[in-house]
Formats: sequence, structure tokens, C-alpha cells
Amino acid sequence: MTTLVVAEHDNKSLKDATAKMVTAALQLGAPVHLLVAGHDCSGAADAASRLKGVETVLVADDPLYEHILAETMAALILSLADKYDAVLAPATTGGKNYLPRVAAMLDVPQISEILKVVAPDTFERPIYAGSAVQTVQAPPGKKVITVRATAFKAAETGGAALTVGIAAGPDPGLSSFVGEELSKSERPELTSAKIVVSGGRGMQSSDSFQLLERIADRLHAAVGASRAAVDAGFVPNDYQVGQTGKVVAPELYIAVGISGAIQHLAGMKDSKVIAAINKDEEAPIFQIADYGLVADLFKAIPEMEEELKKRGY
Amino acid sequence: MKVLVPVKRVIDYNVKVRVKTDQTGVDFANVKMSMNPFDEIAVEEAIRLKEKGKASEVIAVSIGPREASETIRTALAMGADRGILVKTEGEVEPLAVAKILKAICDEEKPRLVITGKQAIDDDAGQTGQMLAALLGWPQGTFAHKLELDENTARIEREIDGGLQTVEVRLPAVMTTDLRLNEPRYASLPGIMKAKKKPIAEKTPADYGVDATPRLKVLKVSEPPKRQAGVKVKTVVELLDKLKNEAGVLG
Ligand SMILES: Cc1cc2nc3c(=O)[nH]c(=O)nc-3n(C[C@H](O)[C@H](O)[C@H](O)COP(=O)(O)OP(=O)(O)OC[C@H]3O[C@@H](n4cnc5c(N)ncnc54)[C@H](O)[C@@H]3O)c2cc1C
Repeated sequence: MTTLVVAEHDNKSLKDATAKMVTAALQLGAPVHLLVAGHDCSGAADAASRLKGVETVLVADDPLYEHILAETMAALILSLADKYDAVLAPATTGGKNYLPRVAAMLDVPQISEILKVVAPDTFERPIYAGSAVQTVQAPPGKKVITVRATAFKAAETGGAALTVGIAAGPDPGLSSFVGEELSKSERPELTSAKIVVSGGRGMQSSDSFQLLERIADRLHAAVGASRAAVDAGFVPNDYQVGQTGKVVAPELYIAVGISGAIQHLAGMKDSKVIAAINKDEEAPIFQIADYGLVADLFKAIPEMEEELKKRGY
Repeated sequence: MKVLVPVKRVIDYNVKVRVKTDQTGVDFANVKMSMNPFDEIAVEEAIRLKEKGKASEVIAVSIGPREASETIRTALAMGADRGILVKTEGEVEPLAVAKILKAICDEEKPRLVITGKQAIDDDAGQTGQMLAALLGWPQGTFAHKLELDENTARIEREIDGGLQTVEVRLPAVMTTDLRLNEPRYASLPGIMKAKKKPIAEKTPADYGVDATPRLKVLKVSEPPKRQAGVKVKTVVELLDKLKNEAGVLG
């Protein structure tokens, strides 16, 4: 039958995770449909229809989906689920919020955060903060899966899928959107940036994070953080990289004043190249860093800024 | 209002988890076990609701082996009122846990269930949402802040883009994120008192739930290992290597 992929988007465009999920979905071997639920979301729907490998894009454009609530989103997916063998959503705070509701109502065990499709019913997924990888086989029947986007290449564009408008699903009327405080930044998104510069407790204050931001701006990088830096209030929660934050896999990850706890590594160890700056030469981060600099960051970071400036970055 | 808090016994977050050589799972031999950290946050939040007079009773539930009664005891020592242990053997998947919790909710009729956003062993992150769905209740996941009224809860949530606030009708399920609160340590008097608090013992069958896993774990293996690279002496050398050797500076 068919695989349904729930697109992640901001109405105007698709988030990176969507094209990557399509790649995972195609590996299930069945035709792929994309669901774009939003409000005034024709931009996202158009982009979805251009993803290679997607057969049909279902567009539910309705005020009900202006802000995605788990209850309404799960109800919409359930109203479509009959026609699908598998439902995929991203392992973001979006997909993680609504998809388990879908799995429960379908009486299906969800497979969270897959890293690899071994066979159409068999998947690899991380457990224990990535200290181990589990290979699991789903029972016959529908599959409900969240996908770790960084583990898959993005599907190419240049396709021309059929776009079909669909009616909104039911409104369970259980919850409502009140407001949001989104981090605003001109920098690339943490999960899709080519370079990430992250700071930890060693940064000591939110003021000194500006040192990192200046480096990041020269490198067109995103800024991330350890849990300790977020807990201390140096940066907002959406900067957190790790087991219980965001998973990133950039070309280059620069860890500054981060010790390298397993919970942090879980979110960045698949980066292509890792550089670490830490004043403690025994810091565990050096065990996985390709390039380690033992130095006081308050000396090294201003120096790096100067040097980047000199080199025209 | 009653508040129900499910707590899971997991390998302590400080333990370096090792995969067994036969690839059947991870090694539990002589390993320190603790309450899942997100569940500690859940217990703390529930106790604070009680201290503020918003909750009448806090019930801690654990689904797991006999030893999970220690995890319940920890919750009782922090200040929960009573416990329910649903004894199981081997792995229990989130869906089965949610079904057992649903049956307990049908009996106990809590107005709020607070779960952790994920357990740090299977990292599945499903139980709270599944429970909410099975009960037909709303959910506030990844909670950063809770404001509770008679009939509604306003929950600020940690999302990928920042923070979002939703209002949910009660009864509801909330799942905790790291910044919701800082859990207390159990005090000595708390530990003494906990010894006298009741823990009811049940089985999945008492709730009519078949807890047999539905997913088949074919193997558990070590992730690919990264090798330590080289130490550089200066910032200049670091940038040179990143540019010329690694080719990642553009
Ligand atoms: C349930 C749970 C979930 C968690 N989830 C996450 C997660 O998702 N992400 C995450 O990151 N953590 C997570 N953690 C926390 C994790 O265990 C560590 O506590 C955390 O990663 C430590 O952050 P840190 O490296 O910034 O701080 P520390 O471990 O305190 O390290 C600070 C480092 O800075 C260095 N330093 C200090 N001053 C300087 C200086 N002037 N110059 C250079 N170096 C300096 C020190 O040598 C040290 O190595 C979680 C923990 C738990 C229990």
C-alpha cells in the first residue's frame, strides 16, 4: 500500500526534516504521500510537490492548523490512516508531540527516532543516549514511526507530485493555543546549519555567549549549547543539543567549554568534524574530537575572532 | 484533585551503559538503578501542587520488576502519598504501560497525570501522549511551566523554536521537560515516613492488559565509535587544520 509522511513546515516553506523523511519513507518500498497540514500553507505545499519520490501531496489548509496542536493533528492523521500502511513524522518536538497519540489509537507500538531502515519492517534506533543501537522488527500491520532527520539524506527536488486538497479533520476541542515566544535569529537553524558553534557551562554567562555569536556570524554558523548552559540561563532552551534536546550533524561542530557528557554527545557525535576548546585536557570531549585545543576559552575565542577577521571570514 | 505520577526505574544517568557481547541487550549486572530523571521532575511538580493546596493526593505508580518498589519509595520519601506497583517481567513497551495507566486512571480518577517526557533508557518518549490519547484527554508535553486552575491547565512548552503556551481542559496529561523545576532530595524524616506509606501490588492481568512486547528486538549493538583526533597548540593551527586538512571552513 502506501506510506504517509507528515510534513514539517512553517506554512511558507518546508523544514529540512521533511525531505529527509521522504528518503526514509522511500526505503519502505511503497508509494509515498505527504501530508501538509497548516493555514495559508500553499508555499509549503508547492515545495512538497517538488520533492522527488513523492506521489501525492495532501493539503489540509485550515485555520484549525494555524498552530499545530497534538489533539487536532492526531485526529487528522487518524482520519486518513485507513488508507496507509505506515505513517512517518519527524522526531522533532512536533512529531514527538502528536504521533504517539496516533499510534495509541491505532493500537500499534510506535518506533521512535529511527536511524536506518534495515528492511521495510526492521529499523535501527538509538537507546540509552545513543550508547547502544537497537534493531527492532515491527509486527505485521500498520507502522507508526518517527524519523531522526540527521540520519537520512534529503530527497532531491525536481519532482512533480499531484496536489490534492483535503478537508480538515475533526476538532476534539480539548486544547487551545495561547501564545508562543520563538527565538528570533538571522542565523541558520541549528538542525540544518553546516557549522554549529556550541557553548557550555564554561561560558559562564549569557554575555560571554556573544563571543561565540560573533564567531558564528563570521562562519555563517548556528549557535548551540549544552544543557548546563541552558539551565544556567545563558541561552534559551531551544539551543540545547543532546539526548533530550536537538540532534545535529553539521560538517563542523565546535564545542567550547563543554565537558562532553554522554547526554551531550548523543546530540552531536554524528557531526562530520568535531573541534573542541576546553581548558581541561582530561575533558571527555577530547576523546571524540578530531581537533582539540587545550586553552582558556576567554583567550582562545577572541583570538579566533581576530584570526577569522584577518582571513576575511 | 488527585495527581497521578508514573515513575520508571532505569539505569542511573551517570552509569556508562555497556552492550552485552551476545548483543541481546545492555548489561544490568551490578549497575546502579535510579528513578528516571524526568519522573523526578514530575514527582516534584506534583508535590508542589499539593503544598500549594491544589492537589489533594499524589499517587506514584511504577510498572516494572519487584525492585521498582524502591523507585516508588523514593517518590513517597519526596512526598507522594501512596504507591501502586504493577509487577511485570522483562521489557514493557510504552503502549502497554499506557494501557495499564489508563486502567488505573479509570479507577483512581486523577485530574492530572504528570509523566516524564521520555525515559532515559529506551528514549521512546511515547507514554504520556499515548495515555492521553487512550483516555481521550488533552496533553501538554515538554512542560516548562504549569499554571493549574480548577478546570484548566496552562502549560508552557519547550519546543524546537522556543516556547509555546497551550491551555488544556482537565483532566489532562502533562509531560515534564528539564526546566520545569529542580527536584528536591528526600529528607531523612521523609524517608522515615515513606516506610509507612502504602504500596498496592498489582499485575497487568488485574487491569486486563497483555504486556507482552509487540516489537521484536533482533539485536542491540554498539554504535560506531569515534576515534580521538589530534591536539593542536594554537588557534591558528586549529583554523589551519579545519580549513586545509578537514576542508570544513569554506
Ligand atoms: C535527564 C538528563 C538529560 C540530559 N540531557 C542533556 C542534553 O540533552 N544535552 C546536554 O548537553 N546535557 C544533557 N544533560 C546534562 C549532562 O549530563 C551534563 O551535565 C551537561 O552536558 C554538562 O554541560 P557542560 O559540559 O556545559 O558543563 P560541565 O560538565 O560543567 O563542563 C564545563 C566544561 O567547561 C570547561 N571550562 C570551564 N571554564 C573554561 C574556560 N575558561 N575555558 C575553557 N574551558 C572551560 C571545563 O573544563 C568543563 O569541561 C542531561 C542530564 C540528564 C540527567
